[in-house]
Amino acid sequence: MMEQDTVLQEKYHKSNKDKVKKFFKKHKPKKYINYVAIIICIVIFLISSGGMKRVTCTTLNEIAISILLAVSLGLVIGFLGELSLGHAGFMCIGAYIGGKVALLLQPYISSSFILLVIALIVGGVAAALAGVLIGLPALRLKGDYLAIVTLAFGEIVRSVFRNINFFGGVMGMDTKGIQYDVRKLFIIGFFLILIMLAVIQNIVYSKHGRAITAIRDSEIASKATGINVTRYKIFVFAISAFFAGLAGVIYAFCKNPTADAFSYNKSIEVLVMVVLGGMGNVNGSILSATLITFLNLKLPTWLPPNLAVLKNILYSLILIVIVIYNNAPKLKSFRDKYNFKNLMNKIFKPKDDASIIKNDANKWDRIPTKIEMNEVLSVDVNVEESTTTPDVDKGGR
Amino acid sequence: MSEQINDQQYVLEIKDLGISFSGLVAAKDVNIKIKKGQIYGLIGPNGAGKTTIFNMLTGVYKPTWGTFYLDGEELVGLSQESICHKGIARTFQNIRLFNNMSVVRNVMVGLHNNPKYKCSIPEAILRLPRQWKVEKEMREHAKELLKIFGLYEERNNLVYNLPYGKQRKLEIARALATSPKLLLLDEPAAGMNPKETADLVDMVKYIRDEFDLTVLLIEHDMKFVSNICDEITVLNFGKVIAQGSREEVLNNPDVIEAYIGKKEDDE
Repeated sequence: MMEQDTVLQEKYHKSNKDKVKKFFKKHKPKKYINYVAIIICIVIFLISSGGMKRVTCTTLNEIAISILLAVSLGLVIGFLGELSLGHAGFMCIGAYIGGKVALLLQPYISSSFILLVIALIVGGVAAALAGVLIGLPALRLKGDYLAIVTLAFGEIVRSVFRNINFFGGVMGMDTKGIQYDVRKLFIIGFFLILIMLAVIQNIVYSKHGRAITAIRDSEIASKATGINVTRYKIFVFAISAFFAGLAGVIYAFCKNPTADAFSYNKSIEVLVMVVLGGMGNVNGSILSATLITFLNLKLPTWLPPNLAVLKNILYSLILIVIVIYNNAPKLKSFRDKYNFKNLMNKIFKPKDDASIIKNDANKWDRIPTKIEMNEVLSVDVNVEESTTTPDVDKGGR
Repeated sequence: MSEQINDQQYVLEIKDLGISFSGLVAAKDVNIKIKKGQIYGLIGPNGAGKTTIFNMLTGVYKPTWGTFYLDGEELVGLSQESICHKGIARTFQNIRLFNNMSVVRNVMVGLHNNPKYKCSIPEAILRLPRQWKVEKEMREHAKELLKIFGLYEERNNLVYNLPYGKQRKLEIARALATSPKLLLLDEPAAGMNPKETADLVDMVKYIRDEFDLTVLLIEHDMKFVSNICDEITVLNFGKVIAQGSREEVLNNPDVIEAYIGKKEDDE
């Protein structure tokens, strides 16, 4: 009886697995995984936000801003392959222009939500125009030189806003009048992340995304293949700047923007998030942005008051540990043993399954299953040809 | 005016082309005329300026002197991408493929500017139906091209996992995907074994007929050159030392001297 039961169970599992596979093949999951995860998060937040403290909402809002910044910078660094150090500059433009427009329109528009939407559009577009502007030297410069130009650009933007009285001068712009309830603002922030991910992924998996990846791999060859390198570089800079501008507008709607908040340090912080998450890895950027922002905000409150000075040291130490864990070649075996995947396997899989996998690991049988995984997760699965060899693409990012 | 009409029968006409890199003359007074459907060889010892001429023809370098015409249209001074749009495609001496992409995607990049597969950026962002259609058609087209080069089975592999010979073939496939009139091959047989070289001869002839191409190639492998080329130009130190049909050129004493050296006067 027992044996029969297990056989039946296995059969059931198998057919179920096949169904799941077919479903995923049809719906091409990889593109949607990000959205789904975030939709779930938002729903949970919406339900529980009534009971959430204001502090939590503020933290979440900061996290949303960081994710917007990190993923949009990741587009330039990981996807286009250029180093940009002026990301806070774009955020600064978004915050000041978007905030100012909202302040100017405030007497005429009563709904603060519409005000926010207008500010988002104006701030984003202004930042995107600045992105085009900085994209123009990007045609001529490469690597370190471009990084220096973008760095200078960020500083110029900051000092310009700092010295114009119309924008509040050194004291920063007073946006008290238009500030939005943080409990609602962070939800809007997460919706913007959703839009950003949709836009970025749709670009990445289109022919334009392929052209941009080609530019990253070999600029000379892509020019010889007839790809307009200039146009695509400007385009990527503009899109990246647009979303940084949105982050800036969100910032302006919860705090008074002062020029010093958008200094060079902010750019580097965003860069750290991108590098930590793995260049060209959107999920990684989201995770590391969340982690770093959280640490930054919470570390001082965890420490006893007389040790609060240690905050920066601890923060840096944690960063060093993470980088070493992720990249040191000597820790590879350790990493393979205690990585996220294995941990999930241990937690979520029944013991029998785990033992099967262990046995399989010794055999070459494991290779076909790997290919199947690729097939299931692949973006470019060709549905019609799935009966023969599947079309697995390892391109994209 | 009569000259203009004469131009038309040549696909590529190079007139007094030359370049000097701040005083160092890498090529001078190069005149080449290539008829439609020809396979034309450009040979010479190392450093003779062959690749420099390729780079001028594809817009990487701007020539200091002279000009060149494709189908009677002057292309000097255009950017690399617009020269590619006009119909000159090339391969590289040291292979330049998109290493982090699969084989089929490499070819699809070549199809990027094909007017059949137009899809604007907003359409791509909104995932309108055309985006799906275009992607699918591009993939099919790329697969067809890969079949010609015997790379169909490898289409999902990453490029850097391919053997050298296949990478060379893929580069030609990618160049062909841009639907050129003139194909420039920079040492296509380099690093290939004799069998692969023999296959390459057949393949180049096949694609010439199939795609209505004219081919200009640089090569060191004399057997390959004598098997495939209709006409040959020999360069040495940036100057043309011999030009004409292959029998003429390969028996020319100047050419033999340039390759092997002068005969010693010994008893």
